[in-house]
Formats: sequence, C-alpha cells, structure tokens
Amino acid sequence: MSLKRACAIAGVAESRLGVVPDSTVLSLQAEALVDALADAGLQKSDVDGLLVSGAWGRLPGLQIAEYLGIQPAYSDSTMVGGASFEFHLGHAAAAIQAGLCKVAVILYGSTQRSRADKYIFQIRNDLGYQYEAPYGLPTPVGSYALAASRHFAQYGTTNEQLADLAVSTREWAALNPKAYRREPLTREDVLGSGPIATPLNKLDCCLFTDGGGAVVVVSPDIAKTLDKPPVWLLGQGESVSHAQISEMRDLTITPAAKSGARAFEMAGVTHSDLDVVEIYDSFTITVLLTLESLGFCPPGTGGEFIANGRTGPSGEFPLNTNGGGLSYCHPGQYGIFLIIEAVRQLRGECDARQVADATLALISGTGGVLSSNSTCILGVE
Amino acid sequence: MSDDELPDPDSEPYWQGAASGELLYRRCGSCDAAIFYPRSLCTECGAPDPKWAVSKGIGKVYACSIVHRPPPSFKDQAPYAVLLVDLDEGFRMMSRLAEGDAESISIGDRVQVVFNDGPDGRPTPYFIPA
Ligand SMILES: [Zn+2]
Repeated sequence: MSLKRACAIAGVAESRLGVVPDSTVLSLQAEALVDALADAGLQKSDVDGLLVSGAWGRLPGLQIAEYLGIQPAYSDSTMVGGASFEFHLGHAAAAIQAGLCKVAVILYGSTQRSRADKYIFQIRNDLGYQYEAPYGLPTPVGSYALAASRHFAQYGTTNEQLADLAVSTREWAALNPKAYRREPLTREDVLGSGPIATPLNKLDCCLFTDGGGAVVVVSPDIAKTLDKPPVWLLGQGESVSHAQISEMRDLTITPAAKSGARAFEMAGVTHSDLDVVEIYDSFTITVLLTLESLGFCPPGTGGEFIANGRTGPSGEFPLNTNGGGLSYCHPGQYGIFLIIEAVRQLRGECDARQVADATLALISGTGGVLSSNSTCILGVE
Repeated sequence: MSDDELPDPDSEPYWQGAASGELLYRRCGSCDAAIFYPRSLCTECGAPDPKWAVSKGIGKVYACSIVHRPPPSFKDQAPYAVLLVDLDEGFRMMSRLAEGDAESISIGDRVQVVFNDGPDGRPTPYFIPA
C-alpha cells in the first residue's frame, strides 16, 4: 500500500513569528489557520480532520479544536518532537486515502519566547531519564553535542564545516523578509560565538522564538477543484529509535536512514531528481547527520558536503531556503515550517529566494534527540 | 533532582547496587544480550525478566561533551565532561568525569567507575581514567 498522491497540500501559512507577546498559543494557531484556509480557498466548515502536536497543553488536540470551534471526524495528536508534523502529513494522507476525512489541517503554535515559563518542555528525571538526569547534560543541545563529538572523532569533521552551514543558512534568511536574523554572518562569528556544550557553539544552535503554522491537506478530488496548483505528497516514511541519547545505538546514523529509504521508494525518485531540500536544523550537526542518513553523501563526508557555501543561495545544493531554524524561526517544534517552505518553493512563491523551476522537494523532520524522523517527498506537475 | 518516586520498581536494585559500590545491569537469559538501562524485558529478543548482573565498571568513552552552559541546578559545576561509556560487558551508559580537568578525557579513553554522591545525595556512578 502506498501513499503516493493520496493527498495534496492546498494551503499553508505562518502566524506572526519571532517575538509575539500579544498572542496566546491558541490565537497563533488560529491566525495561521485563517490564512492557510484562505490560501487554499476553503472554509473552516470544510475541515474534518485535525492533526496537532505540542507541549503547551494538557490535551492539546481537544483544546485547539474547542478554541477553533470544530468537531473533527479524524484527529491525531502524534507527539514525537519537532518532526511531528511530517509524521502528521503521512498520517493525514493515510486517513484521507481510507476515506476518514477529506480536509485535514496540521497546526502548531508556541509562545515559548514570550511566555517561556509556561510552555517550555518540562525537564524530567523519572523512568528512563533517571539514568541521565544526575549528569547535568543540558537538553536537547547536550545530546546533539555528544553526537557531534562522535562524528568529529570518527570522521574528522570540524567546527569550520558546521559553521559554513550556519553561514549558508543565514544567506538564505537574508532573502526572506520573515526571517528573524538576517544580518550577515561569517564563519568566524560562528566559531567565536562561545561554547554551549562542546563541540557545539552558540551559533550552531537554533533560534528560540514564538510562532505558529498551518498546513491544509486535501483529498485528490478536492485538490482538483481549487485555484492554486496542488502540491502532491509523493512519498513518506517515518521511524523512531529512542527517547534519550544514551539509548541511540550509533550516534552518526539517525532514524532518517530508514524513513528516507521508505520515502524515496514510495515516490519512485532518487536524490538527483530533487530540486530543493528542507532539513530540520535544530543544530548544524542535525543537518549533517540527516544528509548522510538520507544518502545524499556517504557516511563521514557530511562535513565536506556542507562546507564552503554549497548549500547557500549561490551553491549547487539549495537547502533550508527560508533561513531554517537557525535564522528564520524556531518556536520549539519547527517541523511544520519545513512543509510550508517546500510548498511555497514548489508553487514558485518565494521571490528573492526562489529556486528556479522547482518541481520536486524533499523535507525531513527530526525530533527529540535524533530520536524520530519523518521524510516526505513533494511534487507539482 | 529530587523525586520522591525514585527509585522505582524497575530501578531499585540498580540504585541499591550503587549504594554498595556495584554497577548493576541486566542480562537476557534467552539471548545473552546485555541490557541497560535496567528494564523488565530484553530489548533484543523480548524475553521477560533479564537477570541482574554486576559490571566490572570498566569501559571506553564512546562520546564526550564538555558542558559550558549547564542546566540551572548544575550552574556552579561547569565546565564538566559528560560521557557516554561503552562498558566491557556490552552496554552503554551516560555518566560524567568524576574529577579533574574536563579537557583531560577523550573519546576512546579507557575509564573506570567510581561512586560519588549525585545531585540528590544518592550514591551515583561516575568515571575516572582507568
Ligand atoms: Zn534477549
């Protein structure tokens, strides 16, 4: 059974991003939904599926449905960290294919910047966490730092290579009016930004912002009736491997290895067919490991792959074209913004940062501490 | 870290072992896999109730990060080296360099367990160079 062309993405939108003190986690999601439905040419009354994720509520799937005033026939609150929305896209496709709903919305919002004390992820020290909690590893950055330390030792990867990715990503952000950090950035700026947990420096780490997003997913029948060209889901795969970093078997191979292979097989395309790639950049090392695990380059060569501006606006491998979690926005769980940017690139709506003639995109979300991954391949006719 | 619910039924022998200077893990009676953290089934073959076993506490550093921006309750201790250690019996655990210069430990180094009081006062495994 395949999800190829089981659904299309008909509308996308962000809420206001960055620092948005005059909002709640619910109003941000409503703000994004109103714009995404308008983008799709659909009404709130058309929505019969709801997919949400967040650490902000006691029962987020109920709270947001209540706030919006919808009673979805299908709902999914899969919570696997920042990758949840790529999981949701696959789950929405399956639900639509099974006839359980026709218009599903994927939503996210966070006010972590303006109301950090209330909505930040709770640090736990119970159950499996009791074996890590005594050691003071800051989460999640310390876990990614351990993975980076291993990749550095095993393959000779360098801080300079990671810094180059941050610089390229910032160059994309400079072309995106909605990006939070747009001023020029140099390799030296990243290297001198100060260690958080070695080998990761401050500018190897994503932003800490408010923000929300919405994605409207529709059945093929509905997609064909709408004004904008549908963006088809061509392939999706997902995988989870662990909750804490001490349980990750090989710190250089992420769950993207399995999920990516499934997505490529389902879509029937290969790496060289892709025009644009959006990969979750919680940290620079996340991108390097994901590129290797997805098979864009052999194990150990991710450092060379991302160095010297290759992934920037004038490079040969357009990556994280909105400026990413590193420079555009990162409201806790970033994955929904990967979908939004890929859809806009495939529709040719990206102005200064538009990748020419983009018809096939890959998005890959990573959640937890390299714990979960869903990879989706999207295309237009 | 203060949690009245710790140890729990899965972890009680582990923390009791630490209190008497022993590093405990579990070993599957069916497929012989070493299992850590301790739990009620084998993560490899699914067999229930792996046996408790005592580790020699010697292993090799698999990954290492020096923490400069710690969580609030560890603030006065930075910088310190957090380790993932591959024990010779075939399991991996997180720990920390017990003492000395955080820069003095590297991936691949041999290390030996010691037991010091953890942040909650409970005897907790740390490592020193072997
Ligand atoms: Zn077994």
